[in-house]
Amino acid sequence: MSSIAQNDNILEIKDLHVVYETDSETVYAVNGIDLSLKAGKTLGIVGETGAGKTTTALSILRLLPQDIGKITSGSITFNGQELLTLGKSEMQKIRGASISMIFQDPMTSLNPVNTVGDQIYESLMLHNDEHKSKKELEERVDAILESVGIPKTRKKEYPHQFSGGMKQRIVIAIALACHPAVVIADEPTTALDVTIQAQVLAMMSALRDQLGMAMILITHDLGVVAETCDDVAVMYAGEIVESGTVEDIFGHVRHHPYTEGLFGSIPSLGSDAKRLKPISGLMPDPTNLPTGCSFHPRCPYATEKCREEKPEARYFGTHFVACHLITGGEPKNDE
Amino acid sequence: MLKYILRRLLLLIPILLGVILLIMFIMDLTPGDPATLLLGINATPEAIEELNDELGFNDPLLVQYADYIIGALHGDLGTSWQTSRPVFGEIMSRFPVTLKLAVFSIIVTAIIGIPLGIISAIKKYSVLDMVCTSVAMIFTSLPRFWLGMMLILLFSVQLGWLPTNGVGTWKHYILPVFTLAAPTAAKIMRLTRTTMLETIRSDYVRTARSKGAGENRIIVHHELKNAILPVVTSLGIEFGQLLGGAILIETVFSMQGISTLMITAIRMKDTPLVTGSIVFFATMVCITMLIIDLLYTAIDPRLRTKYTKAK
Repeated sequence: MSSIAQNDNILEIKDLHVVYETDSETVYAVNGIDLSLKAGKTLGIVGETGAGKTTTALSILRLLPQDIGKITSGSITFNGQELLTLGKSEMQKIRGASISMIFQDPMTSLNPVNTVGDQIYESLMLHNDEHKSKKELEERVDAILESVGIPKTRKKEYPHQFSGGMKQRIVIAIALACHPAVVIADEPTTALDVTIQAQVLAMMSALRDQLGMAMILITHDLGVVAETCDDVAVMYAGEIVESGTVEDIFGHVRHHPYTEGLFGSIPSLGSDAKRLKPISGLMPDPTNLPTGCSFHPRCPYATEKCREEKPEARYFGTHFVACHLITGGEPKNDE
Repeated sequence: MLKYILRRLLLLIPILLGVILLIMFIMDLTPGDPATLLLGINATPEAIEELNDELGFNDPLLVQYADYIIGALHGDLGTSWQTSRPVFGEIMSRFPVTLKLAVFSIIVTAIIGIPLGIISAIKKYSVLDMVCTSVAMIFTSLPRFWLGMMLILLFSVQLGWLPTNGVGTWKHYILPVFTLAAPTAAKIMRLTRTTMLETIRSDYVRTARSKGAGENRIIVHHELKNAILPVVTSLGIEFGQLLGGAILIETVFSMQGISTLMITAIRMKDTPLVTGSIVFFATMVCITMLIIDLLYTAIDPRLRTKYTKAK
């Protein structure tokens, strides 16, 4: 896509804060996260429902619900260009063409009254910088449909004539139509049944490799992360509590208690467990986050210090953990 | 699709048979007889009896019903007891006024209601939105006859700009059309606003934004295309009602439309004319509904496939 070297960060989020403000309350959805995505790599963001994963994704494209969602501070840069200060029309040029998004629910994310062909065509037409003819664009639509495994003869059909898995393929086709440099996939397989999940994921990975895109994959399925991601960030209550390469997170080093809890809740084929081991308690109320480490009310190892002080981030090479229990490593360096 | 249209038209037959029976039954229950009303109080009882016999008024209800149906099957809706002219001709001489009124009103309704609804939804909670919704609230609450009379007072009596009654020129239609359209437009505006607000929040609009579509394109291509569906239905129902029921307006503005014809007929116990005009209304309403349903399948692909598969 670009001349950027493989190791450079194509997308960088620094100290992002997002709130949802309504008349009655303020929801602190994202509280100072740092993320970076390298060109051509896949970053997985995992965490429970309500951890702020989708909010982070929508912030990148500046698609937070109007009037309510606000980015209060921080910076998001794409290829060195700051996105948060871009004007409306410049942002529209980036959306779909350079950064695009695959949404969670394919049942509702396609327009019911437009044909699927039109919806893919729209994406191409909006970013038709090379002034290709209508015929050329239609041919592209055919090719894109075939590449996600849908016969091009069906492009004149409407979303309700497709099954859930096929609709998600179309959503993917729309997102990838302009060969974006970054694609954000927000739980792309959550609404699908398990057999279709595997197909869709495999197809996404193949297309990603083929087109050389970078991808942010938001999920709560650690298995998916292990299979498809290069880097992983674990989010809890709007913060990143741990991040690193897949090896760091899945390897046998010390982890954040929340990450441990996530792994603990997966049943394993080898063990003879009768019951799952969920993380006790619920996500903290985002309108009223706990003091200190936001995970302390649910943490089995919580100490007095956890209740009072926010843990400092510690780096172990590529591995990053924010927990009082984990010492050593280097403190976070703010360049 | 053709099968569907045919089925709907066939359904018209039982509806009309029921309507006719109901109307004749109700007319039969009302007091008085046509001959007395026609011949006046000085007529002899023999003359009244004779005329009533001649009109068929003295036959049992079911016989009258059967006679009427047989006549109707031959394309004869009977003759008016009052004027002795064929009912169908009477209706047709009045229908253009009502039709014009209804068509103009529905056009004005759509032209005012839909755009204001869209703007209100897009600029939610703005001053413009507040003004539009408040004015709409006022217009939906006003009784039409009162609005009509006030407009006559202002524009015809005080200012002398427009005629008070009659149907002579296009100027005669301005006030009645506005009186008919204003409350309907207010209703349509509020409906459009609501359905637009629903689509604005929908996931597919977010998808369109994520493709980089601009605001205008999103409004026309994504939001309006979905939001317009219930509005079309509502406009159709309003049109059906306008065709049949502008009685108050035709009376207030003394327009010689189909409603005033029917009112006079009811007063004169002119059963063939009453039945004829109601049969005519019922047919018009049914056909309008059918057209709306067809229009609906034309704009909503989800319904379209349903019908083609049903074939």
